[in-house]
Amino acid sequence: MKWKSLIKVALKSIMKNRMRSFLTMLGIIIGVASVIALISVGRGTQSDISGKIQSLGTNLLMIMPGASGFGGVSRGAGSWHTLTMADAEKIEKEATLVTQVSPVVRRSAQVIAGRNNWFTSVQGVAANYTIIRSWPVDRGAFFTDRDVKALAKVAVLGATVADTLYPGQDPIGARIRVGNVPFTVVGVLSKKGQNMMGSDQDDIIFAPATTVLFRLGDGKWINSITVSAVSEQETEAARGEIETIMRRAHRLAGSEENDFSIRTQTELNEMATSVTKMMTLLLSAVAGVSLLVGGIGIMNIMLVSVTERTREIGIRLAIGAREADVLVQFLIEAAIISLMGGMLGILLGLVTAEVIGRAISASVVIDPVTIAVSFFFSGVIGIFFGFYPAKKAAALNPIEALHYE
Amino acid sequence: MALIELKNLTKTYRMGDIDVHALRGVDMKVEEREFLAITGASGSGKSTMLNILGCLDLPSSGEYVLGGTRVNGLDKRKLADIRNEKIGFVFQGFNLLARTSALENVELPLLYDRAGRIKEPARKAVEVLTRVGLADRLHHEPNKLSGGEQQRVAIARALVNEPAILLADEPTGNLDTVTSMEVIDIFRDLNRQGMTIILVTHEPEISRQARRAIELRDGRIIKDVVL
Repeated sequence: MKWKSLIKVALKSIMKNRMRSFLTMLGIIIGVASVIALISVGRGTQSDISGKIQSLGTNLLMIMPGASGFGGVSRGAGSWHTLTMADAEKIEKEATLVTQVSPVVRRSAQVIAGRNNWFTSVQGVAANYTIIRSWPVDRGAFFTDRDVKALAKVAVLGATVADTLYPGQDPIGARIRVGNVPFTVVGVLSKKGQNMMGSDQDDIIFAPATTVLFRLGDGKWINSITVSAVSEQETEAARGEIETIMRRAHRLAGSEENDFSIRTQTELNEMATSVTKMMTLLLSAVAGVSLLVGGIGIMNIMLVSVTERTREIGIRLAIGAREADVLVQFLIEAAIISLMGGMLGILLGLVTAEVIGRAISASVVIDPVTIAVSFFFSGVIGIFFGFYPAKKAAALNPIEALHYE
Repeated sequence: MALIELKNLTKTYRMGDIDVHALRGVDMKVEEREFLAITGASGSGKSTMLNILGCLDLPSSGEYVLGGTRVNGLDKRKLADIRNEKIGFVFQGFNLLARTSALENVELPLLYDRAGRIKEPARKAVEVLTRVGLADRLHHEPNKLSGGEQQRVAIARALVNEPAILLADEPTGNLDTVTSMEVIDIFRDLNRQGMTIILVTHEPEISRQARRAIELRDGRIIKDVVL
């Protein structure tokens, strides 16, 4: 039996029962659509995140207090007090693969400017911080090394803070109060937007590290040290170098664990990727289950169809169809139903992805491989779940089938 | 050599705990170009015989030789091929595919013509429909055709693969007397043109139209007369 006529016969029987065929496809449509939508949005989010990490600078290293590696069980990284200004100075002096070093002292405080006030994060950094983060100043200037040495009470505002405290005004030269300490605004940074966790990076105030440490902090412990390596390729080498310097500075014996951790952007990237990969995997599993349910739906309807068409099968067998012909006919019908479902599912999935992308303002990455695989997979599902009904049809006794009422 | 030869053919069904002896040793020869009617009361074994002759069923014992081929002992695939190449079926209930045009119904056996015996299949289907007088009904679906017309479509379908025998199972059972005679006339014409026809019926008026009649009772041939 020729393929062309086989497909024609299958299409005809699908068209004869339009509503039922559509309902049969629905499971596959939903399954494929969710696979496509989830993967497209997942990939898009992933590329958004890695784009944001890239924008931080790929040669960035962060030294944090606490255990090395990820997820020390007893001590959460960052909550430990182990880093001091001296560590930052040592790295700056001794490391050869490092171009910029900045301590980071983080505090949160109520900021008051005239009648306006705002609760925000105050970060004490070095004068080179704008270079490390490639974050240019929009108005005024960043503070200088001299300011850092002198514990000057100067502040540079993030765009959000500037807009909130001085809507429509130029804040340069204005006086603000951070907690109880008065500061003079010397600059406003350019807008940076959201970071990969979705929080506003412009909701921040920068001041000299020393000022924040001694006026607002405890005068000893800093939160982290941000370092830029000479190049992206040298990041790993720089990490080794910094580790050696830090271990020596902290007088750690050979068997002792690091009391600090060093993270690179690559690692952050990998971490973020692995999180989104997990999400994609999990959601794909859900989609897989719905495809499975769709397949069972196909099997169910095909069984009904075989029973309904018993007489037709009997006629075909009587006029010379082999069992294999009947088997193939029903398999093709199942495959066409699920492929059509797959096709509609792909369309629906792309539309859904676009809608979700707009709703959560994430990018959508449409991967032709995913589409091809979903299409192929829906065909496989049709054949797999169509096999049992088709086998049942082929095994019918022609005499009984001919007299079936 | 005879076209059909049955030697001591038996068929026993098992229904629950009881063995039903549908055929109890049938010997019969059918030559080419014969027009044979098989008659008998219901339960006489005539349907069983037709199923075996049509290679839809296999005998329990004995031998069935069709055109020199020993049929019992063949596998299902080979039986399907014989049904396609050598046998044309006409049923009481017409058994046409619904919502499928007359032409497409007639083309159906050609789908399974694996050897490609029929040249120009598209023309062949039109030709046989013309032969049964339905040249103007090619694209009508069965529910738009009268009973007689439906049965003529079924006859055309049986003829399209140029079979060696035409097997008809109560072909007039669902038709009125006038239409029945029209259908029988088609069979007589086909027989005159050389087609071997075996017809199962319980109506004496129909069996009288054949050229030879066999009567079955309790699975045995009790009468075999040339008319």
